[in-house]
Parts: sequence; C-alpha cells; structure tokens
Amino acid sequence: MTGTHTKPPLVSVRDLKIGAVTDSGREVEIIKGVDFDIAPGEILALIGESGSGKTTIALALMGHTRTGCSIDGGQIRIGDNDVTAMSRRARARIRGTEVSYVPQSAAAAFNPSMRIIDQVIETTEIHKLMPKAQARSKAVELFRALALPDADTIGNRYPHQVSGGQLQRLSAAMALISDPQLVIFDEPTTALDVTTQIEVLRAFKSIMAQGGCAGVYVSHDLAVVAQIADRIVVLRGGEVQEEGTTEQILTAPTHPYTKELLAAFEPLPHQSVAIAEAEDQSPILEARNLFAGYGAMRNGEPAAKVLQDVSFTLERGRNLGVIGESGSGKSTLARALAGILSPYSGEVLLDGHRLHPDLTGRSKEDLRRMQIVFQLADTALNPGHSVGNILARPLTFYHGLRGKTREKRVIELLDMVHLPANMRHRAPSELSGGQKQRVNLARALAAEPELVLCDEITSALDTVVAAAILDLLKELQTELGLSYMFISHDLSTVEAICDDVLVMFKGEVVEALPAHEMSEFATHPYSRLLISSIPRLDTGWLAGLEQDPELIAQFANR
Amino acid sequence: MPRSLLPYFLVLQRLGIALLTLVIVSFAVFFATALLPGDVAEILLGQAATPEAVAGLREAMGLDEPALSRFIGWLVGLLHGDMGTSYVNNMEVADLIGGRLSNSLRLAGVTTLVSVPIALTLGICAAMWRGSIFDRVVSILTISVISVPEFMVATLSVLIFAVWLGWLPALSYGVDVDSWSAVLRAYAMPVISLSFVVSAQMIRMTRAAVIETINTPYVEMALLKGASLPRQVLRHALPNALGPIANAVALSLSYLVGGVIIVETIFNYPGVAKLMVDAVSTRDLPLIQSCAMIFCVSYLSLITLADVIAVLSNPRLRR
Repeated sequence: MTGTHTKPPLVSVRDLKIGAVTDSGREVEIIKGVDFDIAPGEILALIGESGSGKTTIALALMGHTRTGCSIDGGQIRIGDNDVTAMSRRARARIRGTEVSYVPQSAAAAFNPSMRIIDQVIETTEIHKLMPKAQARSKAVELFRALALPDADTIGNRYPHQVSGGQLQRLSAAMALISDPQLVIFDEPTTALDVTTQIEVLRAFKSIMAQGGCAGVYVSHDLAVVAQIADRIVVLRGGEVQEEGTTEQILTAPTHPYTKELLAAFEPLPHQSVAIAEAEDQSPILEARNLFAGYGAMRNGEPAAKVLQDVSFTLERGRNLGVIGESGSGKSTLARALAGILSPYSGEVLLDGHRLHPDLTGRSKEDLRRMQIVFQLADTALNPGHSVGNILARPLTFYHGLRGKTREKRVIELLDMVHLPANMRHRAPSELSGGQKQRVNLARALAAEPELVLCDEITSALDTVVAAAILDLLKELQTELGLSYMFISHDLSTVEAICDDVLVMFKGEVVEALPAHEMSEFATHPYSRLLISSIPRLDTGWLAGLEQDPELIAQFANR
Repeated sequence: MPRSLLPYFLVLQRLGIALLTLVIVSFAVFFATALLPGDVAEILLGQAATPEAVAGLREAMGLDEPALSRFIGWLVGLLHGDMGTSYVNNMEVADLIGGRLSNSLRLAGVTTLVSVPIALTLGICAAMWRGSIFDRVVSILTISVISVPEFMVATLSVLIFAVWLGWLPALSYGVDVDSWSAVLRAYAMPVISLSFVVSAQMIRMTRAAVIETINTPYVEMALLKGASLPRQVLRHALPNALGPIANAVALSLSYLVGGVIIVETIFNYPGVAKLMVDAVSTRDLPLIQSCAMIFCVSYLSLITLADVIAVLSNPRLRR
C-alpha cells in the first residue's frame, strides 16, 4: 500500500457516468457515478462479472469508449491531464505515453499482418519518443525482463508464430515500451490455461514492481487479483459495491455481493445421486482404445492424431469429468463419442451396445439416447429461429410431436430449465448468456436422452450464473436419471458435479480417479502441476508457489 | 512440405485450377456454339442455294466431321496460336480480333486507371468516416449508380455533353487523336460511363471489407496506442482487407472486357464485344469461340491474380 494520503493520487475518477445507446435506440446508463483514486505505483483491481462495467471504466481512463457508448458526466484526471475535458487530439497524445493498455486477448490484439517488433515499438514511432534502434533494444530488454525465450529474435516473428502465453507477455512489453505512468490490464490472463497463467502473472508482477508505474487490473477472478493488486474495487451493474485493500476484501468483506463472490470459491463436494438400478447393468457409456484425429487419412491414420488410446467407463447415474488444458483433446473426445468426428480406431459402447463410429451410421434411437451440449450457446443456437422453434425441432425429429402436444412439451422443457413459458417466442439474441445456455441444455433434453455430453458449458458464464447451471444439472439428474460427461478446464467445476475424473494431456488420459481424491491423491506429475497451478484466494500464493521447472518444461502449455 | 514453400504451392495450385477451368470452359464454349440454331453453309449461300451446293460447302469447311474431332482440332490450333479462319469473310480470326482486342484493352486500361484509384479512395474514406455525411453521400451515389443501367448513363451523357453542350465528340473512334486533349476528349464519355458501372461495386466492397477489419481488436489496440485515424486504417486495417478488396476489384474489372457491348455500341467503339455480337448474327463459329475464350482468359487471369494477392498478403500463408 503506497501512501494514498500523503501524496496526491495519480489517477482520480469522480462521479464517472457512461451512457450507451442500445440497438433499439434506447439510452441506458451503464456506469452510474463511480469514484476511485490510484496512488503512484499502486495496482488497483476492478472486479466484477460481465456487464459490471469494469472494462468500460478501464477504457474510459484512456478517454476511449466503444461504439455506442459515451462519457456523459464526471471527471477522470490522470496526473495533470483532465481526460474527460480533453480534445480528441490531446487524448490520442496521452494514449500509449501516459496510459497504456494490455488487452484481454493478445492473440486478437496483434495485427496478423505485421511483425511483432514493429507493433511493440509502434507507440514510440507514433509519439516520436525515441529513435527506432533505441526502441528496438529497449523492446528486447523488456522481452528479457518478461522471461520470453529468444528475446533477441522473437520480435521478428509474426503473431501466429508464438504461443498465447508469449503473446500476452509481448503485449505487456508493447504497453511498457513508453514508460507510462499507468498501465491498464484488461483481463490479461483470462484466455490462458492455468499453467500458462502463472508464468504470465509472475512476469507482470515482477515488471510492475521494477518499473514503479501504477496499474489497473481488470478481472472477474478474485484469486488472480489477490496475487497482484494492492487494492480492490468490487463493481456490479456499473456501481461500486465495495472498495478496500486486497487483504480487507478477502478476509473481511462487508458487502453481501463481495461475500457471494468469495463464496463461489468454497469447494462444494459432489454427492453422487443414488439411482435405483439393477446391479448387473452394463455401463451407460464405454470407450475402448479410442483413437481420433483430423486431416487427410493416410494408411488409415489421419494427418493430425489427437486422441491416443482413450478408454474409460461411465456407470449409469454417475458423472464423469474430463479435465485438461487447451489442446489436450477433451473436446475432440466429446466429438468422437458423439460421432461428429469418427474415430479411426477403437469403439464406443452405449449401454453395452456398439455404436457406429460415424454419426450418419447411427440409428435415431442411438442418437436420441446420447445428446451433446456445446460450449458456446451463442453459436450453437440458430439466431434465425425462435426459442420455441429451436426446442420443437428435436421433438418432431425424435418423437414425431406436432401441433398442440409439441407446444405443451416445449413449455414443459422450458419449465425444466427454469425459464418462463413465454420465452419460447423470443429469439436467442434477446436472451442473456445464462438463459441461452439453459435453452441449449433444454434442446438436448428434448430428445429425452440417458446421457448428456457437456462440453465446457459453464466456461463462458460468470461464476454465479455458472453455479446456477451446475445446480440445475444436478436437479435434472435426480429427476430424469441422467448421466453426464462433463468436460471442463476448471477443476473446481468438475469437482462440484462429477464422481470420477479423467485428466487428459496431449490426447491421452494420464490419470483417472474419483473426483474427491483429485486434489489430494493425484499422482501423475501433470495432474499435480495442473492442481498446483489453480490460483488460491491467498495473497501470498503466487509468491510462495514452487513448481519443479523440469515438470513445467515437460508439461506446461507455454 | 517445408512451410517456406507453402505460398508457392498455393500460387501454383491457383494457376493449375485456372488452367483446368479454361479447358472446361473451352469445351462448354465449343459445344454451346455448336448448338446455335441455323447452319453456316445455308446462311452463307442464301435462300436460293441448292442442297448440293450447301453439302459441298459443308464438306469444304470441314463441318461434316464429328463435333469432338472438330473440338480437338480447334483446341490444338489454339495451343499453336491458330484461332482458325472466319467462316464469313475467310480472314484469319487472329487478324480480325487483333485490332479490336487492342481497342478493347485500351478502353479497359484507361477505365481501370481512372476508376480503381477513385473507387478505392472513396471506399476507404467512407469506411474511415463511417456514418458521416460523406459516407452517406457516397453510399447513396453508389446505390443510384448500381440501379441505373449503363445504357442510360451512356445515352444521357451523349445527350448532355455531345448534343446539348457540344463539349465532347459523340463518337470515340475515328476522331483525330493527334493531341493529348483530343485523346482525353475522345475517351472521356465511354470511360466515364464504364467507370460509373464498375466503380460502384468496388466502392461498396472496399468499404465493407475495411469496416470489417476496423472493428477488430487489433485496430482498437492501435487506437489505444495513440494512432491517428488514418494510421489505424491505412497501417492496420487496410493490409488485412487486401484479399477481399482484390477480389472485388477483379470481379468488377472482368466486366470491362466482355460486358461492355452496350457502351461500345452507343459510342460506336470497335471493341471485341461488338465483334462477338456481330459474329453471332452471322453464325461465325470460329470468331465466336475465340472471342468467348478471350473473355474467359481475361476473367480467369484477373480472378487468379486476385487470389495470388490474397495469398501473398496473408503472412500465415506467406511465411
């Protein structure tokens, strides 16, 4: 904590109001009078869920609002600059020099057709800060400080030639090249895998400590923020709910919403559902030595092999979690089981009966019994159809329902996922993220399946909304006797709903064990690395974390 | 395959596809013209011809051979640069087309030089200041130009500039072109009429492609680095929009070679399109086929060029 009372704050935001015009032309206030200060060298975190206005506020600090938004009132002062009162030209002058920005997705924020180094030093070129050669050598120094490999040459590559974690660190170098007074980090690790996140967080933390510049860290993840921020501002619906030092917020929150956010971190062990079934029944789903991949087939093997010898069994009424990082093949596994991508070797058994590897070769009954729910409800629901229509199609396809009976069933399905009946007349675009995911789930339930493959269905949702979806899944399981295969990169979600867990790494199952034993008894080094990489709600976690460098070199997705 | 060779492979692949398309088109052109009603020998000899005379002429012209062998003969001839002989006036098709083609290409070239820079500038500026008065004016103008047929533009411009005002010659060909101003005056009206037609599409597509890239996070990132609007658009958005823009330009320009018949007729401009229409009325098959092949080649080369530009402007494919 730097002395907020002795020195004048570097940044002061007073009664900031930002309005937006919706697509239908309605004006809404999205930031409703926000105040906070940032002292020189201090890192302030803006915490909140999607729609809380945290990114909007962060961008407003640079005098920028996205299309349709405008700063309607209040004052933002950075150093001697009154950002709200400045002309466009003057705002452009402080961007990159006084305040700089580290984007959420560096992969999208780097221009794909320009070399990295040219983009990193572009700020110095725009504002004529230093000669090009000097800027380049400074960039290389920053690459080194950010622990990037091949610091001298990495800048000559194009963005698609480096990994996501490296790009994120390169984007920090881009922000720091001009020695700004304030750096804005906009969810810079959200898109990264947990093992990658640690390295990036460490790099950010050490470089911010060296540089002595102030920071704004925007995130929805309290555990991440706990590692890097000095103070936290909790936002909801464009208003400050609570503000305090990191220690205060984590240990002694006063606002109920902050308590709710913290409660989402409490582990909720899963109680398996007892379904009365005959003892001798075969498992609902079994995979035997499954191999699958993408690309042209040559000698019966695809060009890019993804799944390698995956075997497991899922007993009726139990839930199987699959965890792994991006590229581990977990979604490919779901696609191979569903027959969207036909495995080139091995077999899938549903209730003891062998399924055709390809979707088109399966009977309607096979298809009905196993349904898949995709990660992004936004893209999985046809934007041109109403919710009612989306749910009606599987009813007609699998059960031949029409007219009044179908309408009645649609309403029942909506009720099952706790949505009002009149929702059936709306288009998916009029629904919130959580509501869309419920419709997505209801569509799978319309087939009356016995097994549902859930592919990262809570990953794009806010913690509180995701928790509600998990509760719904459990409730449906007891009512309908379903079994789930639940794919996620998030261990805590898997622990909350699954009985057994498969840990996947590079297309192979490296470990399989009961979910409640996962954190304590996992033995495979990759499982241990994964578990130890999950941020904890403890300010000293990152500093005290020791991971075997050899293990990291072998397994981490960096 | 080593990654460094990938772009060359892709370019070669495009060229191969273009060549294959050409063969298929030549097949289609040959058999489509063979289906044209009427018989060349009958038309040439007139109504009073005896059946024997018609049969004799057919044989002399090689028309009684099977269509397939005539096709192969024609194709082999084409490969040697021999386009055949016109049925109607016994001249080499190459000679008939030669002069006309250079006329057509000259008109197309001048129109390209005028329309492409203007269209790209207008499209990029409209994208840069989207929603402004300038953008709306450009949008309204392009839509009106698209909806007005070119014979309307051409006829109106003749009426206004040649008949009422008398500033420009009504005919473009056969006018003395001994000075630069005379050349400019002679070409002004056909070029303006054609530019109207081809620019509208280019403006709209350029605007759309640039706006799409302006809305990407990397252009917002450039804004947050303090880049000016022109820099954001020209350095960051435009290079990533080159592929679609090149395709839009190629599609529009391909119209200049084959689709300009109306403009050529109105300004009495002796180009290839007019030659082809004349050839159709006399059932002059070798001439029709050669013209069709020329249109096809010019179209394919433009599209292939656009594809190659799209490949080379994408570092994911280039590297």
